[in-house]
Amino acid sequence: MTTGMIGNPVLRVDGRAKVTGAARYAADFNQKNQLYAVIVGATVGLGRVTAIDVASVSRMPGVVAVISHLNAPKLAYGTHKGSIDPAVGERLHVLQDNQVRFFGQPIAVVVAESLDIAERAAAELKVSYSRQQPVIDPKDPKAQQVTPDPRGRVHADRSRGNADAAVASAPVKIDERYDTARENHNPMEPHATIAAWNGNRLTLWSKSQFVVNEQAEIAAIFGIPVQQVQVVCPFIGGAFGTSLRTWPHVTLAAIAARHVGRPVKLVLSRKQMFFTTGHRPRTLQRVALGATSDGKLVSLIQEANGETSRYEQFVEAVTSATNYMVSCPNVSTRYRLSPLDTSTPTYMRGPGEATNMFALECALDELSYKLGIDPIELRRRNEPTVDEETQKPFSSRSLMHCYTEGAERFGWARRDPKPRSMRDGRLLIGYGVASATYPVFYAPANALARLLPSGIVEVEAAASDMGPGTYTSMTQVAAETLGLPMDQVRFRLGYSVYPATPPHGGSMTMASVGSAVRAACIELRRLAEGAAVAAPQSPVFKASVEQLEWKQDRVYRRENAGSGISYREIGNRAGKPIEAQGSSDHDPELPKRYSMHAFGAAFIEVAVDPDVGTIRVRRTVGVYGAGRIINPFLARSQCIGGIVGGIGMALMESTALDPRDGRIVNAHMADYVVPVNLDISNIDVSFVEENDPHVNPLGVKGLGEIAIVGIAPAIANAVYHATGKRIRTLPIRIENMLSH
Amino acid sequence: MLPFSLERANSIEAAIAVAASGGRFIAGGTTLVDLMRDEVERPARLIDINSLPLEGIRVEGQELVIGALARMSEVAANADVRRHHPLIAESLIEGASPQIRNLASMGGNLLQRARCPYFRMLDAPCNKRTPNSGCSALHGLNAGSAILGTSDYCVATHPSDVAVALVALEATMRVRGPKSERTFPVEQLFRLPNDTPHLEHTILPSELIMDIRVPIGPRGQNARYLKVRDRASYEFALVSAAVALTQENGLLKHVRIAVGGVGTKPWRLQSCEAALIGKKLDRESIEQAAQLSLRGTRPLEHNHYKVDLLPRTIVRALEMAGGLS
Repeated sequence: MTTGMIGNPVLRVDGRAKVTGAARYAADFNQKNQLYAVIVGATVGLGRVTAIDVASVSRMPGVVAVISHLNAPKLAYGTHKGSIDPAVGERLHVLQDNQVRFFGQPIAVVVAESLDIAERAAAELKVSYSRQQPVIDPKDPKAQQVTPDPRGRVHADRSRGNADAAVASAPVKIDERYDTARENHNPMEPHATIAAWNGNRLTLWSKSQFVVNEQAEIAAIFGIPVQQVQVVCPFIGGAFGTSLRTWPHVTLAAIAARHVGRPVKLVLSRKQMFFTTGHRPRTLQRVALGATSDGKLVSLIQEANGETSRYEQFVEAVTSATNYMVSCPNVSTRYRLSPLDTSTPTYMRGPGEATNMFALECALDELSYKLGIDPIELRRRNEPTVDEETQKPFSSRSLMHCYTEGAERFGWARRDPKPRSMRDGRLLIGYGVASATYPVFYAPANALARLLPSGIVEVEAAASDMGPGTYTSMTQVAAETLGLPMDQVRFRLGYSVYPATPPHGGSMTMASVGSAVRAACIELRRLAEGAAVAAPQSPVFKASVEQLEWKQDRVYRRENAGSGISYREIGNRAGKPIEAQGSSDHDPELPKRYSMHAFGAAFIEVAVDPDVGTIRVRRTVGVYGAGRIINPFLARSQCIGGIVGGIGMALMESTALDPRDGRIVNAHMADYVVPVNLDISNIDVSFVEENDPHVNPLGVKGLGEIAIVGIAPAIANAVYHATGKRIRTLPIRIENMLSH
Repeated sequence: MLPFSLERANSIEAAIAVAASGGRFIAGGTTLVDLMRDEVERPARLIDINSLPLEGIRVEGQELVIGALARMSEVAANADVRRHHPLIAESLIEGASPQIRNLASMGGNLLQRARCPYFRMLDAPCNKRTPNSGCSALHGLNAGSAILGTSDYCVATHPSDVAVALVALEATMRVRGPKSERTFPVEQLFRLPNDTPHLEHTILPSELIMDIRVPIGPRGQNARYLKVRDRASYEFALVSAAVALTQENGLLKHVRIAVGGVGTKPWRLQSCEAALIGKKLDRESIEQAAQLSLRGTRPLEHNHYKVDLLPRTIVRALEMAGGLS
């Protein structure tokens, strides 16, 4: 029955559509009679709107409406918290009052006959404020520090043993502080929504990684039944987490469309994407390690402080991995939040783990030098056999295998352990390593498979494809499960009418949606068998299930293999579509029995110019144990993307807020620096063979998030090895390499 | 973007006449259109000068002549430029992405406006954009700001790379106005901000750049441009240095040094040059000379690193030009 599709490096099924422009993104769904909306953002960081001079703008030719708290409808803002919304606090209510909670907060929306007119009018709108001094820096003495509300999804504090006492008495110790920058996702495609009301029914063509949540959220905000909202998003031009939540611009587009009684298109400018669509929160961390002189950890303390907004508690896994990465009898983790006058942060690739592992893996590297033990050997000496936090076995853990494989591919043995000892001409060369990890997430998902009379099988799920290749990998799963060639399967996603799926984030799409697709296809095959044995002219007429045998796309009577019947013939004879539903048949007890995570090892070579301080990543080797790899071609691409993001996180990216008013000063692609092609050199990605029967029926662990984890610490560690300068603040820039 | 009219000039005289009555020249538009979108620039009338005969690149006697409308990419690839002044090609390639180089003209490059982020924010004070409104960078996020030639009114750096090279090479420029034509050193194009940072250039709006003239000589052969920045491309210089030199009997005979990323205009360092004349090109003498670049520097809260980086960049550029690196 298998076609051997899973595990093959097949090309993207949607590749041609993307490169020829046939793929339609949210902003491409222009509607007849459509108007254009532009958001007006607050130009104070905290305060109140005291007046809006609507009249002067309303008179401009082509302006159809100026909507603000003065004339916006009072919306229901009914209770709805999706799995990606902060559990504690309440989302921003747009245009419902005159409060300004952060710089750039939407305070009005201008609707006009053309984008130019709308932009012009938005620029012209005069708004008066009363202003207060915002607090935007967690190090500001006025910034509070709060314990995350226990209703949130991340535990604030955990401990085993007595970590403080064990550090104090340890023969060798490290106790350092780390500071990671606020970052913005900056995908290529801007956030965009086209909203159209038809009576009480709303259609949103809207960039989203979670169309069924956007549907539920907008229904809750407007107080209308979920079935009256449809969300369409077949393609995404990158997201990295910024399109998981439904942000205010979606609500604004829907408000505007209802207000003017015409479809309205709202696309955020690049600048606006920095203000109200989430960001990776800045973190301040402390890591203290205690070890014996032969490198056995006796104590591990990690304390993290993350920024959040005043109105919601955004929590992420900034201390989680600490509890299971290493073997250590005394461990304590602590997590606090600083509510600031900014918008709410959100998940950004490797959320929590990327910053958690930066501090932990840099600290382990520091310890390795203090001990005079090779950093890989140090990790080997502290490799746990079980998850010591929960005492559960790992479903599989290939970390050391990844290090062994990576060391070989990278040439780690060539490293002279002494800092500042390796050179290439005048350049200082440094080698660094760090571990990567990300949990195996899974959430219930559904899919529908439909055999058409033509023999084509359509598979549908409300999933998303922000770049990893969901279209392709799901087609592979369906083709393999059914025994069909790829070109007889059409996988569709991105419509809220399709069977519901979890968010396209947390690296859970393959495990969750993939399992549902598999289940739907198994059920479709069962229904196809039923149809085959029920048809009088069928070669398997009246055969029992036990007598049937599938070979590729045909089912045979076992004892009479000569004449089988294919899907095409079954579909053709049925004369109408045969539909099968499937849900991911995941055992909810599994997470109770196993600790389930993907692991990896990142190796980095940097060259630092000792005179002018430039840092360039010359080589990256990433090796991952991520369960079964559905498509090595897509998996490799995923990891390359994550590694590039990690290089940006390590050396370039930082969202800069002016402390005087909270404005983001570098909300521009020339000023918010991300890597360009010239910054990216040789990247070598590979996967170790990992057969994990426990994680899910497909044996996959998910891959998107882990690829960024471990890159920043490996780079920081390589920079230390090259220069002897230990930089604990991200990003590491030229100015950190100079001595002043 | 505000509405504007666009007309094509058919002759140099016609273009200048329109400019004299309030029109603004547009060539590649890579800065101007960007700033118009942000409504920082608000010209009512644009004169497209792209069809004017100001494009060629040629050698005239002992001068390399670069037409004002020659594109950055053409100049960087031109055989005469590469033969006589590889420094110019190097600074152009470092200066912009290929897409921008294909469009941006040499004249426009010299006249490009500041990249200070506050200059682009209509809701933030900026004396350069709105005279006497205040300088947001002075006490704001000023890691990219200048340390030389600043005033309390403006601390923005001049962003051009090739201008730094041209200043080092003692290039001149020929401009034509409604009444007459004049030629003067490129260095004299730029004004210090003082208390009028909105006045950036010494030419009038009605004067059109005809060409840029670079003397040809042995200096051009030992000349390098070093641009230091956090990413390898598409970023303005933290610090850059253009250096040209000649040696005789193992001693430095001529040295020209100009730096970018640190000054409110492309910054010539004559004191460093003077300190090197007659010296051997070795690490000690160039480090001593490079320290002189720090005279008069005025670092701000976030750009102290430039004080450290400036002499290091000069040292390296001198080593590169002298074949030591």
